[in-house]
Amino acid sequence: MRFVHSTTRPSRKREDTVLSFIGRSVIQKTITLFFVSIVSFLIIHLAPGEPSQVDPLNPKFTPEMVERFRKEFHLDEPLHIQYTYFYRDLLTGKTVSWKDNQSVLGKIWERFLNSLPLFIVGTIITWTLSFPVGIRSAIFRGGLYDRNATFFSYLLISIPGFFFAYILIIFVVTQFHVPVIGLKTFGIGDAAWPRLFMDRVWHLLLPSILGATGGIAILSRYVRSQMLEVEGQDYVRTARAKGVPEEQVHYKHALRNALLPFVTMFGLILPGLIGGSVIIESIFSWPGMGRMAFEAILARDYPVILTVNFISAVLVLAGTFVSDLLYLVVDPRIRL
Amino acid sequence: MMRDAADTVTPGFQVDDPVALQQGFGQLLKQNRLAMIGLAVFVVFFCIALLGLGLTSGRNPTFDPSVVRLQEKLRPPLSKPNLETLSTEDVPRLGVYLFGTDDLGRDVFARMLQGAWVSLTVGFVAVGISVFIGIFMGGIAGYFGQRHTFIDTLIMRFVDIMLCFPSFFLILTVVALLPASMYNIMIIIGLTSWMGTTRFVRAEFLSLREQDFVTAARALGVSNFRIIFRHMIPNAIAPVLVSATIGIASAILTEAGLSFLGFGVPPPHATWGGILSDGKRFIFDAPWLTFAPGFAILIVVLSFNLFGEGLRDILNPKLRERQG
Repeated sequence: MRFVHSTTRPSRKREDTVLSFIGRSVIQKTITLFFVSIVSFLIIHLAPGEPSQVDPLNPKFTPEMVERFRKEFHLDEPLHIQYTYFYRDLLTGKTVSWKDNQSVLGKIWERFLNSLPLFIVGTIITWTLSFPVGIRSAIFRGGLYDRNATFFSYLLISIPGFFFAYILIIFVVTQFHVPVIGLKTFGIGDAAWPRLFMDRVWHLLLPSILGATGGIAILSRYVRSQMLEVEGQDYVRTARAKGVPEEQVHYKHALRNALLPFVTMFGLILPGLIGGSVIIESIFSWPGMGRMAFEAILARDYPVILTVNFISAVLVLAGTFVSDLLYLVVDPRIRL
Repeated sequence: MMRDAADTVTPGFQVDDPVALQQGFGQLLKQNRLAMIGLAVFVVFFCIALLGLGLTSGRNPTFDPSVVRLQEKLRPPLSKPNLETLSTEDVPRLGVYLFGTDDLGRDVFARMLQGAWVSLTVGFVAVGISVFIGIFMGGIAGYFGQRHTFIDTLIMRFVDIMLCFPSFFLILTVVALLPASMYNIMIIIGLTSWMGTTRFVRAEFLSLREQDFVTAARALGVSNFRIIFRHMIPNAIAPVLVSATIGIASAILTEAGLSFLGFGVPPPHATWGGILSDGKRFIFDAPWLTFAPGFAILIVVLSFNLFGEGLRDILNPKLRERQG
């Protein structure tokens, strides 16, 4: 993408400052990550109750079993030793779930692949809808369209996800008579491929739309405000004054500059990768990340909870880092 | 995440002339129709929640949300109770099931009344906690930060650390680990949502502390404590109010989400999220169990959001000049 203000050839000095910026942020973010790991570990282990107490009525859980369990997972050691054990295992990829003794990273990867389509479709819906709506609102500021769009975006921010989910389910099921719960229709196994394909699309559509609602509302408002700000700039007025057609003023002069901050947003959507909404995946019985995390919480499966937390912290930090870096690349005016 | 991004780009507020602001405030509020509607709905909700607390609690409540009438299961809204099968004290007070009954024959209207108070208190107390922490931390970082860089760095790094946690997931984890109670939910939502307030209170304080009235106060020998609380906080309160209003909306949503997942206020106390969650098995047979609490949450959250955004516009000096 080409922006209106010219990019100066990066000088030697700038390269150095960029490198030092990268170095500084990496160090700073590693330190933050270290503290995040401590805080999350403490939160989980200082809360009352223990995983060995989850099922006290189960006759198979004899005191000897509990003792063996505690020993197996180092629960009888002091906290700081447990901490080192846990993160040593995590960093070498050897963490196992307390519930079924399977590799946590393997479990997360499997669920991640299930959540990924939701994330991709949701992101595509968000970005393709927000921009046209936001731009149109800005161009016809104060008009009927703008006021309706504003109201709808507030509506979308305010509606509880689970309520919206049930409205959509009732609507789709009664109007189109298609099943929507789960990854695919149960027992559809050997149908013709167009039917299989449509089945997957229907199942994918609702949770993706639900995942996108909040994003659409916020992003379209943000596009609108960016666009309005740029439309008020001198160079847009100049363009209009010298007789550039209105269309060109909006899309060539204003829009291109208004897009600048959104480049950085590519970094900020990274954490969404592991987010996977707990509520939406529960409603739709979608075997994704969110549900796995929820099940782990219910079972007090600490390794899974902590690993999900750790990965999402890494993604948040990586996301802000990428977005800072992108800002640096697209906007040469940024001083370090 | 995107919401955070949108919040941080909000331009700073400045109260140049408090008297003019107060005079213009009412007028601007009247002009902003959506904000007025939001405020009106909020006031109505507040009254309903207070009324609901009075009418549904006590030994012999006017509307008893816990009366089980198994012979009156899943009656649609506005249906009349069958007087022959009910004992006199079980007949709903209005003589009609305004919002229908649930799968145990409990009056949904009474349950909604009881749940209103939960939503209201969770929203206000959680935001109260987060605003208090936010002002305190942001105030210290902004006021003492210049001289004691250490304090500033410490607080802001802590903010960074807290921002790394996926908030709903963190809240869910802690709520699930702790014993279920309304107070735990309020406190946890409050403790996990103060970072935004801290950031902009700090920014506000950094610019305020360079202004003449602060220098004058310091020259007069006013104590730091008094400068912060008497002189600076009143000038930094506008953006805090805006974010608090919107914060209440999101706290109510979070509480509803927790209740929906079964981690809310423990039963038999009714919450809006809980009613919806109980009704989800009957969405096709008894959709009112989904729609009554769903619309209630939507309307209340929407009113807070509209009012908050209206406040933001009104307190934004750029907009005020344009209109004036």
